[in-house]
Amino acid sequence: MNRFPLWKNAIVVIVLLAATLVSLPNLFGDAPAVQVSLANGQLLEGSGLERVKQVLDTNKLEPTAVYTEKGRVMARFPSVDVQLRAADALRAALGKGYVVAMTLTPSTPAWLRALGLRPVPLGLDLRGGVHFLFEVDMAAAVKQRLEIYATDFNKLLRDNRIRRSVAIVGQELQIRLPDAADADRAEALMRDTDRDLEFDRRDVTEGALLVARMTPKQIRDRQDFAIQQNTTTLRNRVNELGVAEPIVQRQGLDRIVVQLPGVQDPAQAERVLGATATLEFRLVCAEEQAFEADQTGRVPLGCELFKTRDGSPVLLKRRTIVTGDQLVDASQGFEEGQAAVFVRLDSRGARSMLDTTKANLKKPMAVVFVEQKRETIERDGRKIEVPRETREVINIATINGVFSSSFQITGLDSLEARDLALLLRAGALAAPIYKVEERTVGPSLGQDNIDRGIRAFLIGFALVAIFMVLYYGMFGFVANIGLLTNVILIIALLSMIQAALTLPGIAGIVLTMGMAVDANVLINERIREELRNGMSPQAAIHAGYDKAFATIADSNLTTLIAGIVLFAFGSGPIKGFAVVLCLGILTSMFTALTVTRALVNVLYGYRKVERLSV
Amino acid sequence: MEFFSKKTNFDFLGSRKLAFLLSAVLMVGSLILLIPGVRGLNFGIDFTGGVLLEMGYKGPANLTDIRERLAANGFAEAQVQNFGTSSDVLIRILPREGLAGEAVGKQILELLKAGDASAELRRTEFVGPQVGEELTEQGALAMLFALLMIMVYIVVRFQWKFAVGAIVATLHDPIITLGVFALLGLTFDLSVLAAMLAIVGYSVNDTIVVFDRIRENFRRIRRGTPQDIMNLSVNETLSRTIMTSFTTSLVVIAMLIFGGETLRGFSTALIIGIVIGTYSSIFVASALALELKAAPVDLMPPAKDKAQLDSQP
Repeated sequence: MNRFPLWKNAIVVIVLLAATLVSLPNLFGDAPAVQVSLANGQLLEGSGLERVKQVLDTNKLEPTAVYTEKGRVMARFPSVDVQLRAADALRAALGKGYVVAMTLTPSTPAWLRALGLRPVPLGLDLRGGVHFLFEVDMAAAVKQRLEIYATDFNKLLRDNRIRRSVAIVGQELQIRLPDAADADRAEALMRDTDRDLEFDRRDVTEGALLVARMTPKQIRDRQDFAIQQNTTTLRNRVNELGVAEPIVQRQGLDRIVVQLPGVQDPAQAERVLGATATLEFRLVCAEEQAFEADQTGRVPLGCELFKTRDGSPVLLKRRTIVTGDQLVDASQGFEEGQAAVFVRLDSRGARSMLDTTKANLKKPMAVVFVEQKRETIERDGRKIEVPRETREVINIATINGVFSSSFQITGLDSLEARDLALLLRAGALAAPIYKVEERTVGPSLGQDNIDRGIRAFLIGFALVAIFMVLYYGMFGFVANIGLLTNVILIIALLSMIQAALTLPGIAGIVLTMGMAVDANVLINERIREELRNGMSPQAAIHAGYDKAFATIADSNLTTLIAGIVLFAFGSGPIKGFAVVLCLGILTSMFTALTVTRALVNVLYGYRKVERLSV
Repeated sequence: MEFFSKKTNFDFLGSRKLAFLLSAVLMVGSLILLIPGVRGLNFGIDFTGGVLLEMGYKGPANLTDIRERLAANGFAEAQVQNFGTSSDVLIRILPREGLAGEAVGKQILELLKAGDASAELRRTEFVGPQVGEELTEQGALAMLFALLMIMVYIVVRFQWKFAVGAIVATLHDPIITLGVFALLGLTFDLSVLAAMLAIVGYSVNDTIVVFDRIRENFRRIRRGTPQDIMNLSVNETLSRTIMTSFTTSLVVIAMLIFGGETLRGFSTALIIGIVIGTYSSIFVASALALELKAAPVDLMPPAKDKAQLDSQP
């Protein structure tokens, strides 16, 4: 009765072989590599591969392997020295448009790669790197849209000769008009330009008050747009940084996760990513009154007081011509021997720019750098963070001709031009973002974490294995084989689903080992009991496995529930722990009930047994 | 080798009044300790928000110098302590008025590098106050939700009296573990929260094994009071309960000793949880079910099965 039918044995053998094969790539370690991808995020295919091979060949740099992976070319090198030289050579030869990043990549043999097999990716706490969590300021995203409405409506009503005053109050636009007839006309005109807005009248003592509001759907759309746009912008900025295998992902309603493996200087990364800055173009007004306005605080109508970087005051028109989200491209170059930034605008920005430049030839225009910062303040006894905005004029240039979608900004030195172009090219953020979380793990700590995790694992395994053999004899040995296959199965599953392994994940594997033997303990205790009750060895084995089954299923399912909840509610490293815990429960049930049983059957099922070593 | 070569026959349920008293004292004590004014939990920056830096030095770090340096530059409230070894230092700054959280890490790093050039940044964490608040909420919710789901499962698979016993015995474990954390002032961070949920899973697992045996014995043994049969069941599973706790403790102790400082809180919580969890599944869970008048009739197979059995020759 203690014999498995052939198909059952076959399944056990096939599962174990498959698991061993899938977990095989984890044995090969990492090699220094250079990763080449396209800066615009498009996939790099065969031609790119040839190009890289060619560059390496002409520079007499011998890679151990060159291949494409997920639209990126990966070249592996025998040493860091060759890797450095290869990266320099590739950067020089490929030029703009390509991102060349140095990285560590698994040195999986080609035949395993061909089977689509990869090792378990390591989490940031194991390989080192930076993790950012950014929050998108949704209220600001909506307010920006309202500001655009305000400008548009102001212009629309002016063009139709309707006297009005437009103001943004909270989440709505309040338009004051002389009388009800004007209000009717204004509403009809505005409805015509935007059918989705909600209009409302409010009673006032004098004239008429028209209120325009964005519908909940419009607000949602605007917020969705803001977060998508910001995700794209952050992705572009990450590309500018040249990081291998970055992750830029939306998380929840209003957050974006950015993970940069291998980046060791969070300050540098943040300077580019967290440049929570946008640009505005404005006309300069009443130039000669700037100093006076600064001293007296009296600012001419329609003007606003700004400071340049060196602190001198400038008066600018209240109305902005173009904002940062209307920029589509920027590059640095030279115009008549002077450093310049070549800028391209989208159609809305282009129209506005055309109108402005036509009317303001030879007049100065300013580029304003707007930056959002966050400060912690205490309000009602709770600590909260509030945004604070700083505006700074970075450059004033004279409008030298009529232009619309393409123009250049001069009057910068070449370093300034480069920085400005980079910032503009990566895209302005559609709404301000704030860093709400940052975690940096240095490379030495990452390696330490791996070493410690593995050491804890090996020692834990050894202790349990020794104890099981001492306590249960042959059945303890069988349990240990089950334990070993359990670990292989977990690693195989993790490799298959490509879930990042973190230190809590390793802790999960270690903990699972302790708990996985539980199933075998249950079985072995049961066999002992049945033997004590006078059963024959063969019958005891059978009864032991049989009766323990329900218990194992019940007890493991409840633990699985806890694991799933942990996965659903947890974030980051906790998720890693939960994944391993859940997988471990499933695999340990399989190994305890099937793998160890198959082994026991082979050991005892085909002969007469006098006594059991249990 | 065998710890219990003969059948044990401890009267676990007979002494249940004592167990209840002990558990009540421990639970009330823990709850009092958890009141923020009394002792409260020492929440990590995952929950409070703030800035954390882990620095590695070539030799032993000069904590006094680091503290003075920080105090002189407006970080008088910074907590500075060794982390694992004397050459590793952990610096923690809580969010406060006027502190631009995002810039602090950079600033401190420069300060410390100026003090000792061998200072190497091993890890920084910055958590905004909102994130911390959300995590606290999520954590509590996760705990409640897990308990609820487990309770539903036990009601379906066993019966409500057992579900109550299991849940109270299970709830009791993380509460006492938290109490110990509050008493010792150990840092409660995300990994400890994960350990709490693992403890819940572990403790329920232990309890279910006992309940399973009670169900089996209720159906098999017709003589004896419910208390006798339940006592027998606890005794029969005693060897397994202790064995599993032992093997799990082995690996957790290996983690505590060799897993490094990062896993210390996690493994400490697990060890406390395993000890309490083992106690509660032996002494509390079944005893509570018994107090609720659990009897064989509660765990009989559904009537349909009985009819099928009867119809067989």
